[in-house]
Amino acid sequence: MEVFGLEFMRRALVAALIVGVTAPSIGVFLVQRRLALMGDGIGHVAFMGVAAGLFFGTSPVITGIVAASLAGAGIEVLRDKGRTASDVALALIFYGGIAGGAILAFRSGQSSKVLGYLFGSVLTITSQDLLVLVAAGALVLATVILWRKELFAVCYDEEVARVSGLAVRKLNFLMALAAAVMVGVTMRVVGILLVSAMLVIPVAIVQQLSNSFRSTLVGSMILGGGLSVGGVLLAYHLDTSPGATIVLVAIGAFFLAALLAQARERRASPAA
Amino acid sequence: MSAAVVGELQGVGVILGRQEVLKGLDLTLSAGEFVALLGSNGSGKTTLVRALLGLLPVASGEVRLFGTPLERFRDWRRIGYVPQRFGATSGVPATVEEVVLTGRIAVARRMRGFSAGDRQAALQALELMGLARVSRRRVSQLSGGQQQRVLIARALVNEPDFLLLDEPVSSVDPENQKMFAQALERLSELNATVLLVAHALGAMEPLVHRTVVLDRGTVVYDGVPRAEHEDEHAHHHPRVMHAGGLPKER
Repeated sequence: MEVFGLEFMRRALVAALIVGVTAPSIGVFLVQRRLALMGDGIGHVAFMGVAAGLFFGTSPVITGIVAASLAGAGIEVLRDKGRTASDVALALIFYGGIAGGAILAFRSGQSSKVLGYLFGSVLTITSQDLLVLVAAGALVLATVILWRKELFAVCYDEEVARVSGLAVRKLNFLMALAAAVMVGVTMRVVGILLVSAMLVIPVAIVQQLSNSFRSTLVGSMILGGGLSVGGVLLAYHLDTSPGATIVLVAIGAFFLAALLAQARERRASPAA
Repeated sequence: MSAAVVGELQGVGVILGRQEVLKGLDLTLSAGEFVALLGSNGSGKTTLVRALLGLLPVASGEVRLFGTPLERFRDWRRIGYVPQRFGATSGVPATVEEVVLTGRIAVARRMRGFSAGDRQAALQALELMGLARVSRRRVSQLSGGQQQRVLIARALVNEPDFLLLDEPVSSVDPENQKMFAQALERLSELNATVLLVAHALGAMEPLVHRTVVLDRGTVVYDGVPRAEHEDEHAHHHPRVMHAGGLPKER
């Protein structure tokens, strides 16, 4: 296929593969804890980081990851503090991120680039971006692999994890940071507005058909990689936005899996 | 005092919101005791268990586990805990074995997967609870009683010296209750201490050495189980009669 001969397409496909595989590996823990939308919140703040990068003329990917990490840490601190007040505090942080980002972006005189970060522009990824992506992706993956059983225990039952002697607060913090780094990385490919989709949808697809946490984790990573690469290729042929194409393909797969799961259930219980 | 002290609350007060849920409560649990914690809803039973495990901040007084103040206690492998509710059944799928393995966290090595020994221990705990055959099944596909037994298996997986159960049988049918009572009996024979929060004791009644009744955050009764077991045979004898070969009914 001629697409592989194009330098920018090769970079795009590698980036899509990294994000597609890595995002669900941390997303599965967010889904387990019912924090599926946390990625969106982090993304709002990451936007301010990107805008700051444009404003100061540094790499928006790096400033975006830094802002996302700060947001992840802040969200975790608020969550740990208590319930009632944190809800409003989170809202203030998120909208503050968007508003502050908008002001910085327009002041930078590069507001035309903003769209690329909101909806992703995987085809314009530079080799420097790709290096950041590889490093951040490896960091997230290493976190998940090293602490998978501890993270699962905390997500499954936080109190029993505490009574097992786990440093629950530190692990929650680690998880929030990993999710934040992932958001920072993912936004380059599918955009800030669709970041959570990459973390959550592959998991939501696979969990309909799997029985174990392990198979959900591994399955969603494989599927995420496939959907992501497939989406970029499809977008190239259809001349559509790659990020949006990936997400729509994934949503299509979700409904397909739902049908499959339903059929399987019906076969399991022929009565009724 | 003959037996070692396993759990201890001294003048413990707990305030949740604006309500004083425990009021200067004293309680000492010794090795090998099987204690039933009774009381109406809102009497502070669950709060007591959670305070004992450090899951709630204590406003006054002191809590010790195995003689160590709670802040410095690290020997969590000696503790088994069955919380009141069932956690996260409808999140990401997990198998019965995966859930029970989380109980091995206290003894498993950090930053790597579970060992063959961990899996063996999980399987043994599942066998004890009659769940070995469903170990690969998705937890959410099991019945309520079976799910409850999964949580008990998780608490038993390290053969704890101190087992705390918060209404473990509230939604369990008689068949499950019997199996549960057998598991507790075995643990009791290993000289473990059991603190059982319950509304009704059911099949567990013959196992109970001591009853503590709470009312509005204070202990209002602490002694031998009341009702029919107040004779000098109150310890283990009802079971001995079974072993003696009395015809088993029902």
